[in-house]
Amino acid sequence: MADVKTVATRAAFGAALVELGEKRDDFIVLDADLAAATQTGKFKAAFPERFYDCGIAEQNMMSIAAGVAATGKKVICSSFAMFAAGRAFEQVRNSIGYPHLNVIIGATHAGISVGEDGATHQCNEDIALMRTIPGMTIINPADETEAKKAMYAAMEHDGPVYLRFGRLPVPVVFDDDYKFEIGKGVELREGTDVTIVASGLMVNEALQAHDLLKEEGISARVVNIATIKPLDTEIIIKAAKETGAIVTAEEHSVIGGLGSAVAECVGEEYPVPVVKLGVYDRFGHSGPAVKLLDEFGLRAVNIVEKAKKAISLKK
Amino acid sequence: MMDAAFKKSLIKTATQVRIGIIKGVHSAKAGHPGGSLSCADILTYLYFAHMNIDPKNPKKPDRDRLVLSKGHAAPALYSVLAQRGYFDPELLLTLRKQGSILQGHPDMKHIPGVDMSSGSLGQGISCAVGMALSAKHFGDDYKVYTILGDGEIEEGQVWEAAMFAANKGLSNLTAFVDYNGLQIDGSIEEVNSAAPIDKKFEAFNWHTIVIDGHDFDQIEAALKEAETIDKPVAIIAKTIKGKGVSYMENSVNWHGAAPNDELAAQALSELNEALEKLG
Repeated sequence: MADVKTVATRAAFGAALVELGEKRDDFIVLDADLAAATQTGKFKAAFPERFYDCGIAEQNMMSIAAGVAATGKKVICSSFAMFAAGRAFEQVRNSIGYPHLNVIIGATHAGISVGEDGATHQCNEDIALMRTIPGMTIINPADETEAKKAMYAAMEHDGPVYLRFGRLPVPVVFDDDYKFEIGKGVELREGTDVTIVASGLMVNEALQAHDLLKEEGISARVVNIATIKPLDTEIIIKAAKETGAIVTAEEHSVIGGLGSAVAECVGEEYPVPVVKLGVYDRFGHSGPAVKLLDEFGLRAVNIVEKAKKAISLKK
Repeated sequence: MMDAAFKKSLIKTATQVRIGIIKGVHSAKAGHPGGSLSCADILTYLYFAHMNIDPKNPKKPDRDRLVLSKGHAAPALYSVLAQRGYFDPELLLTLRKQGSILQGHPDMKHIPGVDMSSGSLGQGISCAVGMALSAKHFGDDYKVYTILGDGEIEEGQVWEAAMFAANKGLSNLTAFVDYNGLQIDGSIEEVNSAAPIDKKFEAFNWHTIVIDGHDFDQIEAALKEAETIDKPVAIIAKTIKGKGVSYMENSVNWHGAAPNDELAAQALSELNEALEKLG
């Protein structure tokens, strides 16, 4: 693993903003006094006249972004997932979601891999919250490549987009040829016994789980779902039909996130066992991010365990 | 001072706007007549005498924008827009009805002339700030107006927006506060008063002007003054809740209640009488 390049998706977000800023000047960037952490600070340094700091006032920032978008201009606003989706939920719903405005929300520091800041800053609920807003697109990129491509795609998208980025550097799993499309899942490994549906930093763990299961003679399909809403139901139902069991893996509460979305889809269209791996209805706490991922069971070995459970539940 | 004939025409228009408010709220059997009647003159002046708009081209890019931050005064905005020719005044009778475009609170996606959806208090001013920021950043010279309720400014977000607007020098933004003194639970003093309102906006580095919100000369003078000021302007408009309908004036009971057939008839009779007097 020593040679694997690791990059935090928040860093990819910042880099993509700078690249976009070099190509076009038809958008502005807002932050709420977290520019260094969210990485919009890179854009601020490159294009200070196109960056506006709202100060520590995320609710105001969301409604301001809505106002900018209502004039037909592009706007990206950023804060930690906790404050973007949590604190400012109602502004996102009413100011941005209800009028279906073209606001891109770059939410960083999602999940428990925030690490030392602890529970108040570890947002495991944002996907659940954003999923309830009609017309909201939610993208949870797996690595640097996907994060950048998702940012480019969001710029061309009609309607609000919630992009979820992490603080922890994670392995780069996709090369530049990787094709990203909003709303499309990608089958990363073939398999027939079970399907691992993963999102965000759990995609890399899912690829490792595939190899571990293979050693035990289990053929596990791996599907990357970056766009949690709208969900690629086609690829999920296909997996249900062809492998008969599904494991979901996400760095988010098992309530309302990817696992819920997949279970809802499968339950209504082609019921097969869906076993969810995620944060089990508890708050996080302080600690090094990588050790928290171990402690909270968000690793390949945990996926392997859940995959076996899913297979055992097949009728 | 404005031309007497023009002033008279504005008073007549505002009276017709009030008739539209009563008809709409009565037909809906729900809504917010008190706070709609209190801001009717401000809205009438903005749409009939001040803003650069075109009812035939509601989305023209260089138009001035208005965000009704106190979105529950939607009957007033709809009535003004109908009078101004954005849509048929008959539509006001469909207010709040299932299938109507005239939602209980402003909906920018479906109602011609509505620049921003609003209704959740405190958010509209931030949206107006966003529009003003966009205009300033992209070099567009339109102006942005917003109307706040005096109860609404109890929302913390209003002051987040006020702080930002002044810090970013948004001189293209003017906010009216419809200071009618009453909110749902009672008088604003009883509930949680933000007074002194002008001093608060001043402390947030806004220019403030205090006027009688039913006096067109004062509304005009304030808006003219606002155009000369190099910072955001708050016009604190002292108003009468329920203005123009005798039994609704200064009564908190008409914040969010529709008149029955008899009282609606009385209100319309009073307003029609006022119209006749104007000739």
